[in-house]
Amino acid sequence: MTTLIVNGESRSIAASPDTPLLYVLRDELGLCAAKFGCGLGQCGACTVIVDGKAVFSCVTPVMVLEGRTVTTLEGIGSRDAPGPMQRAFIAEQAAQCGYCIPGMMMRAQALLNRDPQATDESIRAELQPHLCRCGTHMRILRAIRRAADEMRPKTVEARTGR
Amino acid sequence: MMQAVSRRSVLAGAGALIVAFRLSGTHAQTETGTGGSPSKHGLPGSLDDTPRIDAWIRIDASGAATILTGKAELGQGLKTALLQVAAEELKLPLERLSLVTADTARTPNEGYTAASHSMQDSGTAIRNAAAQARELLRDEAARRLAVPSTSLQVRDGEVFGADGKRLGYGELVRDQLLSVDAGQTSRLTLPADFTVMSRPVPRVDIPAKVTGGAAYVHDLRPEGMLHGRVVRPPSYGATLRDCDVARVERMAGIVKVVQDGNFLGVIAEREWAAVQGMRTLAATTNWIEREALPDEADLPAALMNLPSRDTTIHGTGNPGAPGILVEGTFSRPYLTHGSIGPSCALAQLEEGKLTLWTHTQGVFFLRDAIAGMLRMPAENVRCVHAEGAGCYGHNGADDVAADAAILAVAVPGRPVRVQLMREQEHAWDPFGPGMVVKLKATVGADGAIADWHHEVWSQSHMMRPGPPGTLIAARLKSAPFPPAPPVALAQPEGGGDRNAIPLYAIANCKVVSHFLPDMPLRGSSMRSLGGYLNVLSIESVLDELAARSAQDPVTFRLRHTEDPRACEIIETAASRFGWTTRVKRSESTGFGFGFARYKNLEAWCAVAVEIDLPRQSGIVRVRRVVAAVDTGQVVNPDGVRNQIEGGILQSISWTLFERVTFDRTRVTSVDWSAYPIMRFDSVPESVEVHLIDRPGDAFYGVAEAAQGPAAAAIANAIRDATGARMHELPFTAARIKRAIAA
Repeated sequence: MTTLIVNGESRSIAASPDTPLLYVLRDELGLCAAKFGCGLGQCGACTVIVDGKAVFSCVTPVMVLEGRTVTTLEGIGSRDAPGPMQRAFIAEQAAQCGYCIPGMMMRAQALLNRDPQATDESIRAELQPHLCRCGTHMRILRAIRRAADEMRPKTVEARTGR
Repeated sequence: MMQAVSRRSVLAGAGALIVAFRLSGTHAQTETGTGGSPSKHGLPGSLDDTPRIDAWIRIDASGAATILTGKAELGQGLKTALLQVAAEELKLPLERLSLVTADTARTPNEGYTAASHSMQDSGTAIRNAAAQARELLRDEAARRLAVPSTSLQVRDGEVFGADGKRLGYGELVRDQLLSVDAGQTSRLTLPADFTVMSRPVPRVDIPAKVTGGAAYVHDLRPEGMLHGRVVRPPSYGATLRDCDVARVERMAGIVKVVQDGNFLGVIAEREWAAVQGMRTLAATTNWIEREALPDEADLPAALMNLPSRDTTIHGTGNPGAPGILVEGTFSRPYLTHGSIGPSCALAQLEEGKLTLWTHTQGVFFLRDAIAGMLRMPAENVRCVHAEGAGCYGHNGADDVAADAAILAVAVPGRPVRVQLMREQEHAWDPFGPGMVVKLKATVGADGAIADWHHEVWSQSHMMRPGPPGTLIAARLKSAPFPPAPPVALAQPEGGGDRNAIPLYAIANCKVVSHFLPDMPLRGSSMRSLGGYLNVLSIESVLDELAARSAQDPVTFRLRHTEDPRACEIIETAASRFGWTTRVKRSESTGFGFGFARYKNLEAWCAVAVEIDLPRQSGIVRVRRVVAAVDTGQVVNPDGVRNQIEGGILQSISWTLFERVTFDRTRVTSVDWSAYPIMRFDSVPESVEVHLIDRPGDAFYGVAEAAQGPAAAAIANAIRDATGARMHELPFTAARIKRAIAA
């Protein structure tokens, strides 16, 4: 049995060790934010954060995650208490069908956790693995910019004169 | 305008009594599957089919309202827009409204949620029904208070009298008060009094979507749910020689393997077990395949050589007037809808009744198709819409619902959730059909277009359910259903010939539609149907005529435009872009312009772009896009902007990157590496959308309006940057480099 830390809680996983994390999250843990898009690591809809890095959960077997820390969209806020990334996507109305959005948000969250100063260019480059079919890209970029501005510590703002 | 406009906008104001709607249903079958017969009741929008007010609006004893629509949320923001319309006319706060979308057991039948008809069909019906419901409540209050109705004010779900007396909707509503047919006139709210309509109300569905709520059919998890997967044949018409069902049935977690002719499905307790069972089953199959596909290397010729039914859909003047000649053969490949989420459905058979949760665009048509396939009475099948990933037309939603239905019948009582795999969605999609346009035109010595000859070749763009044979599973089962006959959508909305008749004033003009009854690849409805290629072709030739006669392309368009709303949209896009003062940043800069009125009946849209296109690389970078749109009365300006922005980006993706590939037997573009679409490195630097609101006007469909104009603007910018006129889609870097070298 594999044990993971999912959104801050230790979870024992009954699924066989070769099961991709995506199916464990959705089917066993009832966390439906991460989406099946391709099963091939080509679209990004399944993206979650593992130990601070964005990973494709559809191609990551749970056996390699023993004891590691997994954060899903459910772990960065809720409908009643949305986190800064979620507030930014609502404020920018950055979704059409929305199916690709949770994966985009998780990669953006990982980027901003690692680099609060992320530039527009680095945000675009970071999102290259992700597909959106509705053409919501401009709003997604605006939402991540907004989240970055909100998440950046005030001391950093003072230091950079922003 | 050259063509007969089929529907009228009626705007008759007399105080607060306004009738603003478009009479519909007097012409041929449309893509929504409704219409095609004369108006039944002379009522606006879908009220004409379903005139009872309480079919649309119900008010409970607490005074809260439930709105019912036969249309579905596809990610286009429909729920929010319909709630705005209802709240405005009912004079109820938005938070006291709830909405039920397409459900064969509960809502009106409004055909397909397609063809950008939802606001004009359902929005118009709900607006009028809500306004009449509000007046019935006001009249009821007047009766109870024994005062004239005109002395009463309505706001926030209450009716107020001059003497301070007030009655809430919950008190006023009684059995049967709203169980009446709508009347001919509605007391609609004046635009100047709007408090909810024409406002950028935030979408009601977005919070759940960005916080991990159960937002999609994919997320439904009823008690006892099983997971299903199907094994699709490797190619059209393949027949199963043998497979090892027993081996899969022995696998851990597998509940059942279902085989019926060429249909194969696996049911498991867990989703991953279903995927593994499907993969194992697929590996044990042997199929007999045949070479039945055309030569992809010369698809345009293959299409033009097919038998066709030819119709001259437009003809004025005398063809052959002399002048500077421009001609070209434009083509598009088959395109896939490319939903990011492969299609999904949930089905459950209980006591002989089947319930399906599905992201189909037409719950009533799907119900009939599935009932037919299973040889069940239609009343024993219920289809409930639940959201899917964006579909942009007829994708795998109906097929996977049929798959789920067959698997659910095999395990009565248990809900079965089926999702397609990426390669199944890609290979078996009812593609947007490959098409060809041949266009020949001349510009005379006076600088006006002297002659115009447009021919278009296309298979059907309308192979939705209806007949069971539209469903893959019904074709694969033993005793398969016959293939559905090809449906030719007629003008004025058109199918492959949508937007083939130029909106421009051209004295000598002939347009011929070659409908291809054969379907070399499975095809059906995809956003804007033939409008995308027809507009691209028309706008390309128009630009070429302007260039050859040394005229500015925007001025040239205006010179041939009689419709004042078209002129205003062209002028707005040009001025917001700074067209007349445009300056190339470098020799790789290109500017392009495109315009169309969608279907020649719906929203007006003009797009101007600036691109950067180095001749050495052939890679198009879109720097700046400016669009202008007139969609009549705007309900939610941010919703319109979102749709147009999305349409522009999707159209750029189609235009630069997309092509279904196949060999003589199989579709080969079965994942995102073989069928690339836009990624963030190709996203424009900026996209601006300017709306021209028309307070009090009718609703004009907008969601597909950008597809043609955006593509045309890109094509014209490539010509401006390089001198090369592109004809064969997609305009890849390799093709652009070849065209430059030619």
